[in-house]
This record gives sequence, structure tokens and C-alpha cells, in this order.
Amino acid sequence: MMDITFGQYYQTESRLHRLDPRVKLAGTLIFIFSLFITQNISCYIIATIFLICVVLLSNVPPLMILKGMKPIIMIMLITVLFNLFLTPGIPMVSFWRFTITEEGAKNAAFTAVRLMYLVTGSTILTLTTSPNNLTDGMEKGLGFLKLFKLPVHEIAMMMSIALRFIPILMEETDKIIKAQTARGADFESGGMIRRAKALVPILVPLFVSAFRRANDLALAMEARCYHGGEGRTKMKPLIYKAWDIRAYVVLLCYISLIIIFAIYNPI
Amino acid sequence: MSIILDHVNYIYSKGTANEIKALDDVCFEIKDADFLGLIGHTGSGKSTLVQHLNGLLRADSGHIYFDGEDIYDKDFEMKKLRGKVGLVFQYPEHQLFEESVFKDVCFGPKNMGLSNMETEVAAYEALKSVGFPEELYYVSPFDLSGGQKRRVAIAGVLAMKPRILVLDEPTAGLDPEGREEILGMVRDLHDMQQITIVLVSHSMEDVANNAKHILVMDKGRVFMEGTRSEVFSRVKELEEIGLAAPRVTYIMHMLKDKGFDVDITATTIPEARDSILKAVKL
Amino acid sequence: MAIIETHGLGYDYIRRDDDGNVSGITRAVNNIDLEVEKGEFIAVLGGNGSGKSTLAKHINAILYPTEGYVLVDGKNTKDEDSIWDIRQKAGMVFQNPDNQIIGSVVEEDVGFGPENMGIPTGGIWERVEESLKTLGMWEYRKHSPMKLSGGQKQRVAIAGVVAMHPECIIMDEPTAMLDPSGRKEVIRAARALNDVEKVTIILITHYMEEVIYADRVFVMEKGEIKMTGTPREIFSRVDELKDLRLTVPQATSLAYELKKSGMISLPDGILSEEELVREICRSYSIM
Repeated sequence: MMDITFGQYYQTESRLHRLDPRVKLAGTLIFIFSLFITQNISCYIIATIFLICVVLLSNVPPLMILKGMKPIIMIMLITVLFNLFLTPGIPMVSFWRFTITEEGAKNAAFTAVRLMYLVTGSTILTLTTSPNNLTDGMEKGLGFLKLFKLPVHEIAMMMSIALRFIPILMEETDKIIKAQTARGADFESGGMIRRAKALVPILVPLFVSAFRRANDLALAMEARCYHGGEGRTKMKPLIYKAWDIRAYVVLLCYISLIIIFAIYNPI
Repeated sequence: MSIILDHVNYIYSKGTANEIKALDDVCFEIKDADFLGLIGHTGSGKSTLVQHLNGLLRADSGHIYFDGEDIYDKDFEMKKLRGKVGLVFQYPEHQLFEESVFKDVCFGPKNMGLSNMETEVAAYEALKSVGFPEELYYVSPFDLSGGQKRRVAIAGVLAMKPRILVLDEPTAGLDPEGREEILGMVRDLHDMQQITIVLVSHSMEDVANNAKHILVMDKGRVFMEGTRSEVFSRVKELEEIGLAAPRVTYIMHMLKDKGFDVDITATTIPEARDSILKAVKL
Repeated sequence: MAIIETHGLGYDYIRRDDDGNVSGITRAVNNIDLEVEKGEFIAVLGGNGSGKSTLAKHINAILYPTEGYVLVDGKNTKDEDSIWDIRQKAGMVFQNPDNQIIGSVVEEDVGFGPENMGIPTGGIWERVEESLKTLGMWEYRKHSPMKLSGGQKQRVAIAGVVAMHPECIIMDEPTAMLDPSGRKEVIRAARALNDVEKVTIILITHYMEEVIYADRVFVMEKGEIKMTGTPREIFSRVDELKDLRLTVPQATSLAYELKKSGMISLPDGILSEEELVREICRSYSIM
């Protein structure tokens, strides 16, 4: 059986875990924004200090966070190389056909750091916020979008149901693959087209089952008086606590500092 | 045609914190033309065990011999084994996918590399032997009733002409008549075509009414093995691992306690009836 | 006072082809009149396709009658204003435990119903605690439903309904997908709810052993109620049940066979093993 923790939530006790998901969502957005508004060293120093503090507060082993970097290593390498070799400017080193310029080196370094921080920031969000908490946060935090006729509650409900059913459907896929293998199906040999064709005996039963489950679930929800977000109360309502307000203040200080330093670069 | 399991071990999530020993030193033999009942509590390792019989799961250690050949040998053809040991999973109707019943049943034999002609003959024979009505051969399997779908799914495995048919809870979710129909069909396959049957079931009655031998699993180990009356006469031990004997066996035990000279190894209603009638001299 | 009443209830399943034209009409239930009193434990027996699920869905106002009407606590299910009231009063538990659990954590799932009813937060927590304790699932409140056994999942589903404080719970084959120990858990829970909490239970099943505790049994076939009576009355009619694609409990079946073979002093409709042994001892004691 596969054990997938979607969104890579890391269960532990920490101040960051207890933080309101809306604060964390806002914080992540602010942090990402801060990475894009500037390219000077002093700003990056502040961002680095901020990030280190957040990691320490999260109680998540730093190795866990570094793991989140794995899927983007290739992208990072490519962008760094492009920046390194293709930025025009004052030549620094040159060999064979390639020239590395001062600007290129600087660009490459900044891009690498920026990408790394970007991923780290959002990884920390998912590591410290359970999927349900996250959807709750989105539902409430993005509630103002209802004014633009966006079905915010429905989207959040869909997301949380999807999260609940992902492990069930994974298990189901595993079962179907085994059942078809027992009937001699072969998913490994042959070219692209043959392999794609071999997926039909898996995908059809999987879709049929997903629809059946969706149908059952809709009935079960209706039977339990579900009728959309209207008039619905919350078992675990999101209420800002003192700590959340303080976190907002910290975020405000951080972004102001970044903006000031971006304008008056002290170094 | 026999399968021998020789000190088979299997561990789930090996090397992680939640390692589970699903099969623990399992040894036994399935003889040709046997009707073996496999019972055990949920999580006792029954399903893991049956998936070893056709090579879907690979033992961490130990050997499995099919007809004397080690199935883990390099040049052993796993695909051939899958055809010889047909495995019908729980709720097998969830694997149907083709646009018509007949086409779906053809899937197995086609994968076995049979020609079109041979495939169609095999599919036809398989549908015949599960007693599926001919007028429904070309309808979509998704339009059938639950019991009919299950027949088609079993035919899909039978069409590969297995010598051993393993059925994991083939009656789950069916009504009494549906259950009896499927079990009757399995009995026919065994009696008429001499197919070796391994029946995994939670129902002691179903096992008692059909199996010749019984294998009892508990915590990944073979807990008990023997003929029907041997196994079901050890009621106390079965209860210790959360199983039970068929209900009629309990009646026989109670009557014995009251001083009636009845056969406490009776496991089916006809057996119990005859023994009680004898005891009260009617 | 009757909590549920149906009068001349009939329902047609209408199949449509791709263009939306009617391509077939199947009568799923037909001319059903029944009355269920508050606090009763009712069992509905019937083979697959006998219409028992269709009947169940009418009581919860998921389906509306084509003919006749259904009253739940005096309210007509066709009346749109009372639909949420009816669904709260008559809760429903379904067959597949995986497909009716909405929350990713046990306690959140149990809170789902009260949330929909607009209960204030404090009240939701009270209801969740009380119903999880009633069902013996309190210690699992922080668990993911994925990690529970089938019987436990079904108890969570029942707790989710109990948290809505229903008068009546309809269980649509809640044990069909469970193993024997899971089946026992669910039946025990249903009986306890009926005995202790006085909740009316309508249990739909095709396991004969599960209905012997019921106050009354309805046997359905082809959309109609063919037999009504106490379990003892029903199970004394073995031949009729066989004609309706049903069986009887093992003890009943053995008693029936014995009687046919000459032990004529055995009474009809024996339900339990103990009863059968007692009766044999009484008539045929070797002393």
C-alpha cells in the first residue's frame, strides 16, 4: 500500500503550526513578493535572516525542507547556466567559446538564491499547514472573492474532498493494476503507443469507480443536510489570536524593511 | 499440478518504521484437484498469500514451486503462471472495462498470446461455464446487475484456462441467492472440470459447505491446516484468533453437553440433521 | 404516534437515452403502505433489486414518490420547505463506508452534519463528543478514517448521523461490505441506539442473522412488501422465504430440516441455537 502525504504535511507541535492558515498564506505571498521586488544584497540578507527564523520556528527538520528542493534542481541548474553565460556585460572569465560576465555571475547567484527561497517558503507553508487547514484558510481568506461571484466555499469543499479521496483512489488504482496483471496485462514492454493502450484497462475502471464514489458521496452529503455554504456553521472556525496579530505585525515590518532597503541600498 | 510454498516470508513497507510482517515462514502445499478453504481474520495475511500464488507479490525469502519449478527462477515465465493460476480479486467486477461482455472476457486469453480464433473459443467456453446467458454476450458489462457482472469478471479469469482458480471473497456484497449461485458455479468448476479451487472466505458456513481442506491463517502464519472436520473441531483455538466454527457445529456441541450422542464434527446442515436424527433414534 | 408513514408509495426509475428521450420506465417500488412507530426496530429484508434501497431513499427525502406520499414525523417529503427538517429527523447510513465519510479526520466528519444544520460551534463540539462516545469511537477522534477498519468506519458514519440528533436512522445495508466482526460491531451499535437512546432504527439487510432482534420485519420483493411480522413469524415460513430468494438463519434452517425429517414436535420459527437445543431437549430427552 502506498502512503502518500499529499502536500507533504509534517505533523509536529510548533508556533508556526498553530498559526492561523490565513496568516501563513499571506506570509508566503508577502515573502514571494519580497523576492521579486529587488536584486540587492542587503535585501537578500534580510530575507535570509527572516527565512532562517521561520525555519527555526517551524520545528521541521531542515533536511525535510531541503528535500523539497529536489524536483527543481534541474530547472535551477538550467536557469543558472543561462544567466551565467548569456548575460552581456564586462567579461570576467572566458574560455573556449564561453564568456562569464560580472553581471552574469551576479544574475546567476541571485536567480539561484531566489528560486531556492521561493521553494523553501512555499514548502514551509505546506509542511506546517494540514491540507484541511489550508483549504479552510483559503475559503475564509479569499472570502472577499465571493463579491465577484466566485464560488469560494464550493471550491474549498471540492479541494478538501479531493484531498480525502486521493489516498482511496491510489489504493484503488493499485488494486486494478493487480487485477489486470493477474489477467496477463503487461504495462512494461512495448513502445509508447502500446504502453498508452495498455493503460485503458486501468483508466476505464478507475473512472467508473471515481464516478460511482462521487455519486455515493453526493448522496451521503445531501442526506446529512449539506446545501452549500449558506447558513453553515463551522466546527473549527478560524479566529485570529494575539499571536496571529503579532505575526501580521512582523510580516509588515519585514516587507517595509525590504522596500526601504530596495530603494536606499545601504551596501 | 501443485503449488508448494516453502518458508515464504513477506514484509510490507520494508525498511521503514511501519514494517509489517505479512507472511511469516509460510509452508504448505496445494494439491491437484483440491478444494481448499482459506480462512482468517481481516489482516491475517490471506490476501497477501494469494497474491504470491501467481507471482503478483514476490516473497522476501523462501521459495514457491509450481509443478516442481521454482517460480523465482530467472527463466521461469511469470506470464504463463498468471494463466495457470487464475486469481479472482474481491469485487472483481471493478476491473471490467471493455465495451461488451464478450470483449472483456477475451482480454485474458489475448494477453496469453492466443490467436483470435482460440481467444474467442476460450471466451465462449468461459462464459458458458459460469452460466452467463448468451443473449447478453454483446451488451456493455456496465449495464448488468451486480451478480451478473461478477460472473463476467470470473469468466474473464477462467478464459485463460487456469488449472488453479483462487477466489478472494467471491460472494462479498451479494444477496443469499447470488451467493449460492456463485458458490454453486465454483463447485461445478471443481467437479466438472477438475479445477483446483482456493476459496478465501469470511463465512465459515460457505467454507464448511464446500471445501475439502482448510488452511487457517493468523498474523501471517499458518495457524492450522487439515480437513474440514479436523479444523472445525478445534473451536476453542479458532475463537482465540477471532474466528468461529459454523453455527451448526455449536449446536452439536451444546447437544453433546446435554447428553445427546451426536457427532460434534458435523459442519453442514445435512450432516447435523442426520446425526441428530440418529441420536434421538428417529 | 407514527414517525414514518407511507401511503400507496410508488416510484418509477426513468431511463433516458442520449437525447433525453424516455427509453424505459422501471417500477422500483409499488403500492407500499407502512407505518413505523417511534422507538421501533424494523428490519427490511429482500434480495438485490427488490426495491429496498429505493424505499429507504424515500424516507430520507432523497427520492420523491411518483405515486402516493411519505410522511416523516407528520411532514410530507414532497413539501420542499420541510426537506431539511426531514433529512435531520431521518438520518441515513449507506453501504460503502469509504464513500460516505466526508472529513479527513474522524471528529471533523462527525461535525459535518451539525455544521450543515447551522449549530453554533460550541454545540457542534458537544454533539461530536457525545455521539462519538455513544458509538465507542471517542478515542479515535483524531484519526484519519483511512486507518480504521470497516466496522469502525461504519460506526463513524453512524456517529455522523447521531450527531444530527435524528428521531430515526435508516441503515441501507450497512454491513454488506464488512467482515463478520465488523458486522457484529455495526449491529451491536444499532441495537444499542435503539435500546438506550430510543432511536427508531430501520435496518435494511440480506443477512438473516441480523434481523432476529428486530421488532418487526418487512420482506420485499419486486418493489412490494410481501411479508410482515415478527422475526419468529417470518422465519416460520421457510418455504415462502426461499421463493423470495432469501434464506433463514442456520438454526432455523436446521430446525426446519429436522422437522421435515420427522421431529414434528419442534415448533416453527426457531431463531437461535440455544432455542433449538432447548426444544430438542424438551421433546427428545434421553433421560
